[in-house]
This record gives sequence, structure tokens and C-alpha cells, in this order.
Amino acid sequence: MSDLPKKLAGAVLLLIALALPFVLTDFWLQTGLFVMATAIGAVGLTLLVGVAGQLSLGHAAFAAIGAYVYAWTSGEATGSVAGLGLPPVLGLLLAALAAAGVGAAFSPVAGRLRGIYLGLATLGLVFVVRHLVVNLEDWTGGFVGRSVQPFAVGGFSFSNRDPDYLAIAGVEFEGLHRLWYLFLALAVAAIWLAANIRNGRTGRAWANVRDSETAAAAMGIGVAGAKRSAFVVSSGYAGLTGAMLALAYGRVAPDVFSLTASIDFLVMIVLGGLGSVAGAVVGAVFVTSLPLVLAQYSSSLPFLAAPGSGGLEASTASRIVYGLAIIAVLVFVRGGLAGLARRRLTPSAAPSPTRTPVDDGQPATVNPPRSKETTR
Amino acid sequence: MSYFLEQVLNGLSYGLVLSLIAAGFAIVFTSTGVLNFAHGSIVLLGAYLVAVLHEGIGFWPAVLVGLAGAALVGVAINAVLVRNLADKGPDTAAILMLGVDIVLLTELTRRIGNQVLTLGAPWGASVVRLGDISLPTGRVLAAGVTVVAFAGLWYLFSRTDLGVGMRAAAADGPTASLMGIRLSRTAATGWALAGVLAAVAGVFLTSFPAPGVAPTVALSALAAIPAWVLGGFDSVPGAVVGGLVIGLTSALVTGYEAQLEPFLGTGFGEVAPYVVMIVVLLVRPSGLLGSKEAVRV
Repeated sequence: MSDLPKKLAGAVLLLIALALPFVLTDFWLQTGLFVMATAIGAVGLTLLVGVAGQLSLGHAAFAAIGAYVYAWTSGEATGSVAGLGLPPVLGLLLAALAAAGVGAAFSPVAGRLRGIYLGLATLGLVFVVRHLVVNLEDWTGGFVGRSVQPFAVGGFSFSNRDPDYLAIAGVEFEGLHRLWYLFLALAVAAIWLAANIRNGRTGRAWANVRDSETAAAAMGIGVAGAKRSAFVVSSGYAGLTGAMLALAYGRVAPDVFSLTASIDFLVMIVLGGLGSVAGAVVGAVFVTSLPLVLAQYSSSLPFLAAPGSGGLEASTASRIVYGLAIIAVLVFVRGGLAGLARRRLTPSAAPSPTRTPVDDGQPATVNPPRSKETTR
Repeated sequence: MSYFLEQVLNGLSYGLVLSLIAAGFAIVFTSTGVLNFAHGSIVLLGAYLVAVLHEGIGFWPAVLVGLAGAALVGVAINAVLVRNLADKGPDTAAILMLGVDIVLLTELTRRIGNQVLTLGAPWGASVVRLGDISLPTGRVLAAGVTVVAFAGLWYLFSRTDLGVGMRAAAADGPTASLMGIRLSRTAATGWALAGVLAAVAGVFLTSFPAPGVAPTVALSALAAIPAWVLGGFDSVPGAVVGGLVIGLTSALVTGYEAQLEPFLGTGFGEVAPYVVMIVVLLVRPSGLLGSKEAVRV
């Protein structure tokens, strides 16, 4: 398949995304902000899980690190919490770097363990980071969390003030509108970078390690180094996501970054198709917006009950829907939504299950024989 | 001194319950290569069945139904979902189980709601006294039942055709299949065993000193994951060792929290198992008793 249709589709989607703030209500703008923030995390995770074949359940921990580092570095010191008062741009950069740094510090584990073994080890990170966040009250605000300084560049604030009134084409640009463009720029940059990493030398090395560590080593790829670098890059993406979530909420609190959040990121990339950057974005749209939309419209949907009335509540319904969605996609659709799209778009390649493992960046269908690991 | 002994005994009995759950993880993993993230919900399911049924049919019949229900759900998950995965592999299977866990746990949470269901266990809130040490009867009973359960497992895996077949299937599936071992049967047995162990653990995790059946039980069953990883992914004896280590650690850290708080912060007891797990993985990536992974070229 040539690249042209893909690029055209990307350009059209980008134009639509640029135009959306002119028509959307505040609820949909807010939802869009969360979608873009989590999409970046999902893209980072798909590099790790889909391309490099390493499972991580610690994504929420790195997002938490990003969120709190941003809140701490860019926030002003108050009576209850410390803050450095640095420029927000620097804060955002430091958030991603700090998360990547912690990822690097975890690399003695990340470089040695493979697949689900790493997933279990990273499970511990979520609990450890949560413990630190709750206990380091002077920096994090403990259970209640702390407020987050709005993003600003050179006196232009991405909030409802400074400038107090800004209108383009008759639409007033409030904080949500301004943040939309900031997040869109970040998301486009992150997606572009991820696609390049995946298709470049680094990504091919990761995919090779995923398909067979022995073969990769024989071809001169440092296996531990490849696993480490995938983990660090993915942690950095998670850190950026955390900082963006903090900006979108205007607050950080420990409960946002629970184990459930880690699982949500995994669900996004599985629904979208492991290893597919576009799939990760589609997964993020579904997983992030489903509970928000169901909650917003629960009163007008006949099968949902109001909270506390004992019927099927919106939050319960959305969890069951997406639990079932994971199961359905994994059982019925090979390669997730991206795999489905690829087979639809290229009918000639559809019936054959044999694919060259490295060139499309997807997990190979045939696993190399390993003792101690039988799949049936 | 008696306080210390009490904490140690508490930790050991709690650790034995954890090792039941950890053994379930290990058995499912060796028999089907699946990391069973829904195991916590199966623990909760077993306890929930007992809590709902004990008033109608009595406690012991309810326990039997709970064990059978948990085993059946496990077997069904394997037969209907795991064996029909579109992309077979340990990673996708693990994520599938996350999906199963979300559905099971959400449904059970919806049914339980905000209440804490009582289990109706005949031992109630009674306490066994040994000198100046007192232990909840439920914990003493749990330790006894667990020891019996592991003796049974040892007999199964070393003295019966079925158990030896399961070990053979775990060591090398295709070869075992050629030797006439039915892999579908060993896999189903593994899932059923794990379900039974989970339900037994569920009963003890929700009776005194625990308040009763609430959705958080599924989360506390997650504490068995460090126990399992610590012991080694494919080792049932490892699960026992791991469970005891984790049980002792969390009991002692919680018991001496007042003294530890200045360095470690509040609530370290919940985190300690994971810290121990990460430290052990750094030194021994395949756990204490797990077999090292070998790769054929």
C-alpha cells in the first residue's frame, strides 16, 4: 500500500481537529483534551508492548510522575505545598524527562525481563509511586492533591485569563479552546515521532527483539539495550501524558493514576491493534470518551439509571461494555482494529495469515519455540 | 515478645492463604501459559457465592457450591475464551484476562453494592488462646486447611497419572500430546484446581478478622501476585514460600507501623509486598524456586 492515502487521511483528520473548537461545546472540548492526552500515553505504550513486545502495567506510575513533576516545577510555592515556579514549558519538558529518567532507573529490571514477567514487575511500580505520592505531602499535597499552574508561553496563558478575552471568527477562545490547540500540537508531534521511531532502525531492532531475542542478538542487536530504550521512551511518553492530564484537570490527585489507569492504557492499544500508532489513537478515543459520554448522557439513555437508584449506572455500564469489547476484539479480530482496517483496505493480502514479521511492525503470528512456554 | 510472636503467627497464617491464591496463578500459568489477571475476581466470586447461599442451604453446602462455581467459571473461561484467542500468545492472553476481570469484577461489585456481606462461617469471631498469644480461629483453621490442600496437591502432582500428565504437559506440550496426554483435559484440570484453591482462599480472606465480602477482596487477592512472582512463575512449592514471605512481611510491617512510620510513611504494609517483589526480581529474575528459562535455537 502506498503511503499517499494514509497521508491524505492524516491531513484530513488534522484539518477536522483544527476546526472542531469552533463548533464543539465545553463538554466535548474537555473530552477531546482527555482523549488527546491519553492518546499520547497509548502511543508510547504501543511502542513498548506492540513493537518491542514488553508488557507494562506501570504506565499510570510514570504518568503520575509526569503530572506531579509538572505541578511541582511550574507551580508557585504556597503554605501547604512546595513549588519551583519555573516556566510551564520547562515544567512540561521536565515532566517527560523525569518520567523517562525513572524509567531508565528501572532499567536493570526492564532490560532483563521479557514480556509478561516485566508486566508483573511494573505492577509493583503503581503501588510504590502511589505510596510516595500519598506520603510526600509537602510536594504532592497528599490524598487531596494540589492545583496545577495553567500552561503559558511568553505571557500568553492557556486559561480563561491573560488575555481575558480572545475571539477568532466570532468564537470566544477560552482556556479549553486554547488548550485544545496546545494538546493537538503535542499529540501530532508525539505521533509523528512514534511513527518514525517505529519505522526506523530503532523500531526494527525492537520488533526483532520481540520476535526472537536469540535471532536479534545474532544479528548484532543489543537485546538488553533495546528493551531498556523501549521502556525509557514509553515512560517519557507516559510522563508527558501525566502532565497533560494535570493541565486538563487543573489539579492532580493520586486516584487518577491508579492501577485501573494502567489497565486502561493497555486496553486502548489492544483494541486499536498492538504496534499500530493509529490504532492506539483510536483506542484512546474509545476508552477515554466512553465513560465520560455515557455519564453525560445517562439521563437520556433509557437503559441507564441515575446514580444511587440501584439500576445499571453509567459508570458500571461503560466498564462492562469495554470489558466485553476487549474480550470480543481479542477473540474475534486478529490484530485489533488496525488489523481489521488493513485487511479491509488491502483485500489481496487478506486471506493469508503469513506476514513478514518485521516490515509491518506487527507482532508475528508464529511464536518462536521456547521451552517453558506452551500456548494452546 | 508475645506481640512479636502473635504478629509472626498472624503473618504465617495469612501467608498460607496467599499461597493458595499464588498456587492458583502458578498452576494456570504452567498448564496453559496464561497470566490469570481474573484470579482476584474468582476469589471474590467464590466468597460471594458462599455469602449469598449460606442462609438458604447452610454454610458447608454453600462452600461446596462456591468451590464448584469458581472451578466451573475458570474452566469455562479457558474453554470458551482462552482457547479461541485470535492471536495466541502469553501477552494477548494476559490482556484478555484483564478484560474478563473487568467484566466479572464490575458485575460482582454491582451485585454487592455498598454492603459488606457476611459469610456465616460457624467459627464466627472466636479466638484461640495459646498462653498469652491469641489468634482468630479462622486463621488457625486456614493454616490447617492450606497444609492439607498442599499435601493433596503434592499427592496429585507426584502420585497420580493426571498430575504427572499435567507436569508433562507443562514441561513440553507437543511431546506430552504425542505420548497420549490430552492437553485439553490437563488444561481444564489446571483451571478447575486454581478455581477451587481461589474459592477456599476467598472464604478465609472474608471471614473474621476480615469484615466480610466486599469488592476490595479482589484487590487484596492481587497481593498474591508478588507471592507468586517471588516464588517462581512455574513452581507450586515456590508459591508456598512466596506466600509465607509476603504474609510475614506485610504482617510485621503493619504490626510495627508506628515504629516504622517516620522512615516509610503511613500505609507501607500494602506496598511492602511489591517492594520485596521488585528487589527479588532484581537479584533473581526467575524467582526463588522457579526454573530458568532456556531458549532453543
